Amino acid sequence: MTISHALPGSHKPDISTKSGPDTSESAPQSASASVFPPVSLSGDVGRALPDLELEPVVPRSTRRARVPRWVRRTSGPFLLLALWQLLSVTGALTSDVLASPGRIAQVASGLITDGSLGDAMGTSLQRVAAGLLLGTVIGTGLALVSGLFRIGEDLVDAPVQMLRTVPFVGLIPLFIIWFGIGEAPKIAIITLGVTFPLYLNVYAGIRGVDAQLIEAGESLGLSRWGLVRHVVLPGALPGAMTGLRYSLGIAWLALVFAEQINADAGIGFLMVQARDFLRTDVIVVCLVVYAFLGLLADFVVRSLERLLLQWRPTFTGR
Amino acid sequence: MATHVHRTVTTPAVRVDGLTRSFDGRAVLDDLRLDVRTGEFVALLGRSGCGKSTLLRVLAGLDREISGTVLVPRRKAVAFQAPRLMPWKKVWRNVLLGLPGKPGREVAEQALAEVGLNDRADAWPKTLSGGEAQRASLARALVREPDLLLLDEPFGALDALTRLKAQRLVGELWQHRGCAVLLVTHDVEEAVLLADRVLVMDEGVIAYETTVDLDRPRDITDPRFAELRAGLLERLGVDTSAEAA
Repeated sequence: MTISHALPGSHKPDISTKSGPDTSESAPQSASASVFPPVSLSGDVGRALPDLELEPVVPRSTRRARVPRWVRRTSGPFLLLALWQLLSVTGALTSDVLASPGRIAQVASGLITDGSLGDAMGTSLQRVAAGLLLGTVIGTGLALVSGLFRIGEDLVDAPVQMLRTVPFVGLIPLFIIWFGIGEAPKIAIITLGVTFPLYLNVYAGIRGVDAQLIEAGESLGLSRWGLVRHVVLPGALPGAMTGLRYSLGIAWLALVFAEQINADAGIGFLMVQARDFLRTDVIVVCLVVYAFLGLLADFVVRSLERLLLQWRPTFTGR
Repeated sequence: MATHVHRTVTTPAVRVDGLTRSFDGRAVLDDLRLDVRTGEFVALLGRSGCGKSTLLRVLAGLDREISGTVLVPRRKAVAFQAPRLMPWKKVWRNVLLGLPGKPGREVAEQALAEVGLNDRADAWPKTLSGGEAQRASLARALVREPDLLLLDEPFGALDALTRLKAQRLVGELWQHRGCAVLLVTHDVEEAVLLADRVLVMDEGVIAYETTVDLDRPRDITDPRFAELRAGLLERLGVDTSAEAA
């Protein structure tokens, strides 16, 4: 490094000075300075090896906040609640626009103690469960047929892809004509909403299974059914789980739509009733219940994923 | 001594005659002839795209768009370049996958012990290192007690140190098992180190073959080793004079 900077004038660097008394100084700069006296050098060379400013690499553990994770995670919603309560108390938010959190809690406990909320939740859950079950069976069944068999793909995939583009909510009038106004059209709407995301994801999951693994399975002597059972279906499982998550989201959405029409029981019915009496507190309670049920469903799927996909090393975030 | 026993047996483990395999009218294997004796270790060299992997896939029964005669033993096993373990099955279940009947876990553990991996029987494949995964794949092939073991560049994706160990392991397993082995590789040194016979494929046929008459375990510093290696490299179109200089 220093040699490349050597000027023509200093063509005879005195090697012997290296072992001279000057080099006993520990810093490398001074060693090179003794070989090439600073007088004969341009200023650049003197700064070729500047004193580096070192900074410590701080271990992650010392930087980590002392506040436990769950406190950090719950503080956001609580702050929001506090703000809401503050706005209600000061009168900035009147009760016919949005009831205060305190009022909502009161109404909720009242609805729970008289049993009306429990009944409504039970009815709604039954609808979702029935629709979800039917949709899962149909969606997965169709996906298996078109994913596993060439002829199944030719027969099933095109019509399903066509029907998929029809917004299922738009079919509500038709379903009322077909199925009347009882439970059937509500379950049918949920089934329809659930079927397509499941179909698409299971089908993509089956078709996305690594061909190399299928070939390996073949070379191990697996039969056609063995390949399906040990290679194709487990390989399609991540896709199926994604589909199930989408489906659950849509199931709740479909439930809300289905319960807004001609319901005489369920959370949706409670909401429609509350709307007629301008009870924003009851409406918010119902919304909270919807959210809570959605969270619960998400938790179920996540537990299922943790159980079924434990072979997959996943990025868990920092 | 073990190798000597293998050589006295003359029944073939592989008999291929007039094998042709075409892709879009281009013959990748063109009237190919190949015999492998029982218990013989054959290495197959060739430039990439010469058809050596296609030949292995035909022998494995994975490619059947062929014409010609191909006779292989019923019990055969393949280890691929990528380990191809099912990520959703624990290592020991991967080893047992596809075995007839309901073999117990101890069968898998025995095979894993043979490749020095018995302590990883309960691991998920994605948590294994490259060398470990390749050994698991080898155990999966060996547990089938094959009469013909097909190895498709099994060390290609390993780092240099792991590769040396894996090569030695394969040599030992072969001496111990006595099955016929066809090793597809592009590493001339590896071929000379392990094989009884080295074949060079070119334009869809076996263009050259040489017998490796060196005592095992082989020493890569042996001048005869270097001579064989240089001869094969020349066959493959690599000029070794620059290296010698």
